[in-house]
Amino acid sequence: MSNQWVEVCHVDDIDEEDVIRFDHQQKTYAVYRSHNSEYFATDGLCTHEKIHLADGLVMDFVIECPKHNGRFDYRNGKALNVPACVNLKTYPVKVEAGKVLLDTQGGGA
Amino acid sequence: MSTAETFVIAGAGHAGGRAALTLREAGFAGRIVLIGDEAHLPYERPPLSKAWLKGESDLAACSLFSDASFIASGIEHVSGVRVTAIDPAAHTVQLDNGVSLAYSKLLLTLGGASRTLDFTGRCFNNVHYLRTVDEAVALQKRLTPGTRLVVVGGGFIGLEVASSARDLGCEVTVLEAGSRLAARALPERVSEALLRLHKRKGVNVKLGAQIEAFQGDSQVESVQLASGEQVPCDVLLVGIGMQPNVELAREAGLATGSGIRVDACLRTSAPDIYAAGDVCEFPRGDGQFYRQETWRNAEAQGQLAALNMLGQQQAFSGVPGFWSDHYEFGLQTVGVLAPDAQVVEREGDEGGFLLLYVDAQSRLQGASGWGSGNSVAKDIKLCERLIESQVALPVEQLSDASVSLKSLLRGAHA
Repeated sequence: MSNQWVEVCHVDDIDEEDVIRFDHQQKTYAVYRSHNSEYFATDGLCTHEKIHLADGLVMDFVIECPKHNGRFDYRNGKALNVPACVNLKTYPVKVEAGKVLLDTQGGGA
Repeated sequence: MSTAETFVIAGAGHAGGRAALTLREAGFAGRIVLIGDEAHLPYERPPLSKAWLKGESDLAACSLFSDASFIASGIEHVSGVRVTAIDPAAHTVQLDNGVSLAYSKLLLTLGGASRTLDFTGRCFNNVHYLRTVDEAVALQKRLTPGTRLVVVGGGFIGLEVASSARDLGCEVTVLEAGSRLAARALPERVSEALLRLHKRKGVNVKLGAQIEAFQGDSQVESVQLASGEQVPCDVLLVGIGMQPNVELAREAGLATGSGIRVDACLRTSAPDIYAAGDVCEFPRGDGQFYRQETWRNAEAQGQLAALNMLGQQQAFSGVPGFWSDHYEFGLQTVGVLAPDAQVVEREGDEGGFLLLYVDAQSRLQGASGWGSGNSVAKDIKLCERLIESQVALPVEQLSDASVSLKSLLRGAHA
């Protein structure tokens, strides 16, 4: 499978320790910037009830769903507590020339 | 742990289902019997008044179990059956199918029933309530474009149905006896935002409405108000709250108040019997008893009761909280909105706002927010952590939206 890097945003378009929603070709992603300015990406919808994670709170490396408090480690997509029990798919992210890029074909469970 | 033990869970709603799952996840290898009067496996109720009515959800999406996970769990689901009596001394429950079942431990997650309206003995076939999937299915069929829906009760169920029905093209009238919407749960400021939104969306909201009579033969064709006004009606939805199912516990001699009374560890007054969810009346530090009819409470108490049934002795300390969705807006509340608190308002985006309830020691005790979509969620979650931390906050800076709650929280941890 070949890589499919798409531009998400400028590096400063995401605050430190925060997340934005990124929609691309009928799919929605959540793209994160950690407190130490590393970038990550996961599926955009919570695996519990399909809520947009980008409205949730980022603390350290954890995203908490805005509705039901399901928590995930956004670095590897791991579901950390019920009601979230299915892991999030994650996607490779890189920074080039001040832009955040996401590989839509590189999704891993 | 002995596999000879039988844990019976009476009530197969969200709290009961979560408890059953938690028992298995925590390694309980004994028998789990989950008894419920509905035909379905436990499911979460919040979507019923929202996505479900709009055809955007289904039982699989709401269910706590997939078919596969249910089979794998080995939980016995006794559906369409009610518990009719508890014998705490004999450790048995009696079911309405004639079976008597012995338990080692019993969890009461009996929920409640919709409070009903008195139609003076008459039976109308277009009157709906909304608490179960079956009721949502029945209501959804009636909400076709142009249908005149009359909602009795301006609380969360009524207003969320009003919102879904408007989105579906119905004409909607909401009749609320009180002077503002959802007054029991919401600050005045949020009630006002809710009222403005529903009016802007074309809902005919009548506050202080006194119903004089329901007119029609087999159907309610119009509602006669004390003001003299007649409200034409194709479908009537009654959303006037719920009545916790306490009778069973009361008849068995368990301590009850407005719900089934428990101690901090969710144990009832009878040995080996616990309670959780909507029906559970639990103590807080102030010596008062509280009951919560929320998703969050069902989830948290279901989990905790299960762990305590397995021998843990954890006190329930969850911060209360709830959300409600209307059109493309949402509200969320966390903590306690005490009437004597100092209230600080922070402005949000697109007309959103956050109300912070601060006590005399400058500690956050509660917060309530309003905004588009789930935009209040981040701040509400930070508020929850600030409430838990109970640190003194710089009250004079709180109204400044450029001072982030996260920085205050981080300051609290520094």
